[in-house]
Formats: sequence, C-alpha cells, structure tokens
Amino acid sequence: MRNKYEYRGLWFILPSLLGVMIFILLPFMDVVRRSFMGAVNGRWVGLANYRNVLGNQAFLLAAGNTARFAAICIPLLIGLSLFTAVFLQRYKTWGGWLKSAYLVPMAIPVASVVLLWRVLFDRQGILNGGLSLLGLPVRDWMNSGTAFGVLVFSYIWKNLGYDVVLWMAGLSAIPESLSEAARVDGASEWQCFWRITLPNLIPTLFTITVLSFLNSFKVFREAYLVAGNYPDQSMYLMQHLFNNWFRDLDMDKMAAGAVLMSLVILALILLLQKAWGREE
Amino acid sequence: MKLGNKIIIAFLILLAFIACYPVLFLAVGSLMGKQEVRDALGGILSGGSEYVSWRFVPLYPTLASWVELLLDSPQFFVMFWNSVRLTAGVLLGQLIIAVPAAWGFARYEFPLKRVLFMVYVILMMMPFQVTMLSGYLVLSGLHLLDTYGSIWLPGIFSTFPVFIMYRFFRGIPGVVIESAKLDGAGDLQIFFYLGLPLGSGGIVSAMVLGFLEYWNLIEQPLAYLKDPALWPLSLYLPNIGLEEAGLAFCASVTVLIPALFVFFAGQDYLEQGIVAAAVKE
Repeated sequence: MRNKYEYRGLWFILPSLLGVMIFILLPFMDVVRRSFMGAVNGRWVGLANYRNVLGNQAFLLAAGNTARFAAICIPLLIGLSLFTAVFLQRYKTWGGWLKSAYLVPMAIPVASVVLLWRVLFDRQGILNGGLSLLGLPVRDWMNSGTAFGVLVFSYIWKNLGYDVVLWMAGLSAIPESLSEAARVDGASEWQCFWRITLPNLIPTLFTITVLSFLNSFKVFREAYLVAGNYPDQSMYLMQHLFNNWFRDLDMDKMAAGAVLMSLVILALILLLQKAWGREE
Repeated sequence: MKLGNKIIIAFLILLAFIACYPVLFLAVGSLMGKQEVRDALGGILSGGSEYVSWRFVPLYPTLASWVELLLDSPQFFVMFWNSVRLTAGVLLGQLIIAVPAAWGFARYEFPLKRVLFMVYVILMMMPFQVTMLSGYLVLSGLHLLDTYGSIWLPGIFSTFPVFIMYRFFRGIPGVVIESAKLDGAGDLQIFFYLGLPLGSGGIVSAMVLGFLEYWNLIEQPLAYLKDPALWPLSLYLPNIGLEEAGLAFCASVTVLIPALFVFFAGQDYLEQGIVAAAVKE
C-alpha cells in the first residue's frame, strides 16, 4: 500500500469523469430534484409523484410482470447454465465447441432474430404447425398469456452462453485435487458435486444472479421489436412503461419511476458488493 | 459412456442447435425465391389457415433477394451506414476516453478513488430506463437530440469499458511498472509503451463487447432519434413487413454478418470480458 497520493493519475481520469458528470450524474440529480416537483408548475409537491406512481395501475402491472419475469427466468437460466457448464467442463474436447455455440446468440442482433420469432410464434407459425401435426391444441402465442413464456424463452436463449462462461470460470477456480481426494476416499460423483463443487460455487452464484438480473432488462429489445409499445398484458414490462411515459412526456411520473428503479438496482449492487466482500 | 450421459449429451447438442438455428433460418430464407418464401410463409401472409412450412434447405436456391437488396434498395445502404457510424463513433470515443480512465483507476492512488470507482460500477449496472429521462433533458439542453451526438456522447462516457479494462490493467505486475520508473520513464511513456501493449487484451475485450452492444442498439435511438433517416439498421429492420420477407431475410443476414465476424474473431476476448465483469478484484 502506497501512502503517498499520486495526483497525476487524475489527469488520466479527468476527461472521462467530466463526461460522466455532464451526461449522467448531474442530469440524474436533476431528475431526483424533479421527482419532487409538479410537472406543470414546477412547484414542490413532496412525495405526491411517488404516491401517484405507486398507485398507478400500469406501474403495478409492469412492476409485477418485471418481478415475475426475474423470479421465473433467473433461477431457470442459472440452473440450466450450471448443469451445462458442469458437463462442458468434464468433456473438454467438444465442450469448447458447444460453448461457442451457446455464445452465438449474444452475437445475433435482436433485429435479425425478430423475423424468426414472428414466423415461429405466429398463429399460423412453425410452432403451431408442429403442434397441430401432433394433434395438440394450438394457440396465439404472442397475444395471450403465453407471450410471457416466449419472453422467458428469448431471455434464456440469449443469455445461456454468457452464464455458462461465468460458471465455467467459477468451476475452473476450484482445485481439481479437492474432488480427487474425495474420490479416493470413496465419494461418489454426486457426493463430490454436492459437497465440494457446489459449496465452492456460492460466490460465483451471487455474481451470476446479479449479472443475470441486470441482463434481464435487455429482454425489452426482443419484446419491443416483436410486439411493439403495447404487447400482451402478460409481458408488459417496466421498460414498456418507461417508453410509453417517455413518449407521452410524463416527466413527473418518469422522474419518480426512475428514482425508484435506481434505488432497487442500487440495493442489488450493494448486495453484490457484500458478496464480493465475503469472498475476501 | 453410460446411457444417462448419452441423453445429457444429446440434450446439450440440441441446446446448441437451438442456439444457432436462427443463423441457419435467416441464411435459408435469404436464398429462397419470392414465390417460395410466399408459399412457405403461407397462412401468416394470406391470413389463411395453413401453417408455415419451413424447409432446412431452399428448394430452389436463388440470389434474387440479394440482388434486390444490394441493387434496388438504396435506403438499406443508408441504414447500414448509419449503424456503422453509430457503432464506430462510440467505440472510437471509448478508446480515447475510457482507456486512459481505466489506466488511471488501475495504476494511481488519489483521494476519493474508491468512491469514484464505486460510482462507476453502479452506473455501469444501471439499465437504460433509469437514465432515459436525465439523458433526454441534458441532450435536449445541448441541442443534441436528433443528431448522432445523442447516441455517441452517452455511449462514449459509458463506464462499462472503463471497468473491463481496469480489470486487465490491474493484472499487469507492478514490478514491470516500477522498473520502468527506475529507468526514468515518465507517466505517459509508461502508459503508451507498457500499459497499452500489456493491457491490449482488455481493450479488445471491451471493444468486442461494445461492438455487440452498439451494433444492436434499440432503446437509445428509439428515444433520442426522431428522424427515421438517422435510424440504424436495428430499428429499421423490424419495419420491413413480411410481405417483403425475402428482402427482410437478406437485410437480417447482412446485419448478422459483421456481428458474427467480430464474434468469431474475438471469441476469446469476449469470454475474458464476460469473466472480467464478474470476478472480484
């Protein structure tokens, strides 16, 4: 630990810091200030905007959907990617190929994949075609409650590779000798996994959870491009709401909404920091 | 190999197929003739009751749609060029601004450094919706709305690349720097002759991740660019109706190609970048 400050280092940071101040931090503080003001008269209204937002039907629907989305798709994604990573780790030769394949969706632009989503999930689409061939009931996937399921699928499709890479990094950090020693002592494969691998992955789990949550906001791209501003109610997310508020220039609601959202995210990040701290 | 393992492997291969299928789907569609696409899409277009019948290879492969896209769709080139300008502008700016910032955070001690860096990490994780309004207010104040400045500037000052490159710069052994200092190298010399080459992996990682992000931009142009003539391909593409499906397929493939190219050329860096965002210091 150096005890002398090197102020010269600030010169490297200054351009970036100025930009962050001008384009992100100061404007956001202005938004915090605005969240306590009336949109029209600019007078101090205290918590009225917050009360307004929290009592807003659309907000409650969007918040509920966003929470439900996170609660369903994140455990699913994390479980599936852990399962995949454990096996890829074991079969190194073709594991690398499969890992590349899982990462490909990260590179596929949302705009290109939208075309497939439309053909796949349309009322007359591929999915229904397959179902009717098997004699199963068909449905209008994008315009009913199943739209939510389509969104979950999109999210998992897009993020599986990302999470697999993170898990594999976590797995490779566990010394091979640990499970080898256990195996010598007669532990089964299963026991090794539950007693050695999994406990060692707990810190990775924290990180992956938070990153997966943050990535879940990006699913709006698919949702918006496939279904537009007002999709089926089951997949109306916070991002739709913000977008619609923005178009209607509902400044006061947006300001309060943005502050609320930033608080939730901030809490999550602090949780992550704590998890990192525990590791040390 | 046990039966259970075989099932799992089959499952993993199926997953990989699902992951990559869109590429195949788009490629096949782009090689179909107008009539074949029309027939294949069936009920979606006509509103009839027949289902889409999609093949894995086109029955009558033809480049007709490609010719139409490349020769008769001047608008497409404008959009493609828009995408290139948006992405290149942000990435170039990040090189100039974020690389030194990451170096400063990684290699110097100064007051409030920890606090500032924490602020950077928090900003990096905020979704666009949180800063949407504040961004709009400042951009309209600076008369940047409806110009590429409204995408470039917030992108350039994104704190994400700073964080990624910081991780890599931290990984350079202190001994290397100290010995250069003893030999009389100045701060800038160390940055240019040691920092940049030794941290180049981090710079490439940040650029690969940045490219995939900005090539794909939806929310920002949607909010800040009202003039459709300025739109990138990512916004324009979904507006091509299914009636022109052949064109839409070719356009989709064209957007896909640069992204796939960057992906395969930089896959190792991509993975390193993903991991860099996750590991603790």
